[in-house]
Amino acid sequence: MAEKVLMKGNEAFAEAVIRGGARYYFGYPITPQSEIPEFMSRELPKWGGKFLQAESELGAVNMAYGCGAAGGDGFISSSSPGIALMQEGMSFLCSAEVPLTMLNASRGGPGIGSIQPGQADYFQVTRGGGNGDYRIPVFAPASIQEAINILYDAPALANEWRNPVMVLVDGLMGQMMEPVLLPEPKEPLKSSDIPKAKPWAISGSEKGERSVVKSLRLQPEVLEQHVEKLFEKYDRMERELQRVECTDIEDAEVVFVAFGTMARLATEAMELLQSQGIRAGLIRPITLWPFPYGAFDALTDNTKVVISTELSMGQLIEDVKLGVRGRFPVKLIHRTGGMLPTSLEIVDKTKKILEEVR
Amino acid sequence: MKPVFQYTKGMTEVSTSYCPGCTHGVAHRLIMETLDEMGLLGKTIGVAPIGCSVVAHQFMNVDMCESAHGRAPAVASGIRRVHPDKVVFTYQGDGDLASIGMGEIMHAAARGEKFSTFFINNCIYGMTGGQMAPTTLIGQRSTTCVDGRTREQAGMPLKMCEILSTLDGPAYIERVALCDPANIRKAKKAVRRAFETQLSGKGFTFVEFLSICPTNWGLTPPKAMEWLKENMMPYYPLGVYREPEVQ
Repeated sequence: MAEKVLMKGNEAFAEAVIRGGARYYFGYPITPQSEIPEFMSRELPKWGGKFLQAESELGAVNMAYGCGAAGGDGFISSSSPGIALMQEGMSFLCSAEVPLTMLNASRGGPGIGSIQPGQADYFQVTRGGGNGDYRIPVFAPASIQEAINILYDAPALANEWRNPVMVLVDGLMGQMMEPVLLPEPKEPLKSSDIPKAKPWAISGSEKGERSVVKSLRLQPEVLEQHVEKLFEKYDRMERELQRVECTDIEDAEVVFVAFGTMARLATEAMELLQSQGIRAGLIRPITLWPFPYGAFDALTDNTKVVISTELSMGQLIEDVKLGVRGRFPVKLIHRTGGMLPTSLEIVDKTKKILEEVR
Repeated sequence: MKPVFQYTKGMTEVSTSYCPGCTHGVAHRLIMETLDEMGLLGKTIGVAPIGCSVVAHQFMNVDMCESAHGRAPAVASGIRRVHPDKVVFTYQGDGDLASIGMGEIMHAAARGEKFSTFFINNCIYGMTGGQMAPTTLIGQRSTTCVDGRTREQAGMPLKMCEILSTLDGPAYIERVALCDPANIRKAKKAVRRAFETQLSGKGFTFVEFLSICPTNWGLTPPKAMEWLKENMMPYYPLGVYREPEVQ
């Protein structure tokens, strides 16, 4: 029986990924997620795992690449500018098909920005800041429990697809406390079992054929073949990994689209509007890539407007427009720089938008 | 009939893609032959850098991965966490290790990471076509200092053995040269000592190979060997910079 406890986001994220089987953590301190490396340094050794504080985010992502290439189930976490430094590593991980679980507690940007919650990393995490053609599944939980469930499954998912997996949260989720159920710990992969479980990994064992983990393919026809093979995998991911939660959208005249922290505020705004007799609904993408474009097909002619509700200057809205395919007007309600709107502010702005489009 | 020479199982049966006269082949062979002689081939994991030797995994017959430019020591640190009982090494050139990868090598050495780094210093960027390296000597010409490196414009070349020997983490540091049979024999002893020290668990081990790049130096291989002795050896003195026994 799972135990119900009151937990702070950052510590819950770390606990969940350990229970999911990750045993190696590499990190560099950055607000608002520094409690994760602190927790890992304290707790991971108790589970027989290893914590290593890296000299930089470049160090951290490459340690994780080495760990994953060697067959270990690794985890790294950082925040927006740190994630920017890790992008080169993500490109390498994808090309070399090395599994890894990653968490981005995103903050206000650009530049060093602020430490308050932001969602302006949307392009960075869904479009990939690294070089080349690659894709990384991105999960955007809206509660601590949902984050726990996703992080618990993430190491297995990364192994199944031989690809990094990203979980996007923010400082607000990292700092808040919620009652949660912790799942039963999974049996971690022992180093001695790696040659059998992951024969492709560089385990330094006499297992017949030696392993080489690499991304260099100097002949263009060979590289093209490799990238096309990767994209067959990404195509399957698009079909199999999409997750979305839709609330009251069938007869809604206004449909919000929001993820993570902003989805919590949009939910409140939706309920306020409903209590005032305005039919409002919510599409909450749980995966940002693959984006659940198909969810928009369920919107009916009752819909007057779709509103992308985000903590950035209009990044999510690009995917919203791709999902809407010109069927309805698409508008933006947003704050940025670490500012959060109140649900009343969203309600007021929505009413003004409805007046414009009616 | 008794064989007088046998090719090491440590090298794959593939011709290397390095330029004629390049000493990468010599360095590869010394490392892999030593692992073979020590019975470690099936227990070793290597990390290749970015540079000419990005393809080292095609020739070195052990489990290997590539690394992003300069990050091999971080990659090896990650590998080491998963496989504490294996032999781990990185193989890196001067641009990879002493320029873009300075942070990673310094911190891995300071942590006393239990792997060996083999550092190929040929005073130039080879793969990109002969640009100035952090180890290019004063007066040496390159495509980004065509009249020769000056202190005023580019500062002074980096001496990695000396720099790393200021740290307490490394267990063994030695600089050798791949310029003649006597020095190559000494180099092989250094490789063996690095692996033995790694196996003893004492800490980080580092061997710098003074090497030649005839193509980008614009010299024939014999002239390049002479140039190494006349110009590199005075600035980069050979010898042991950290004795493994003295801890």
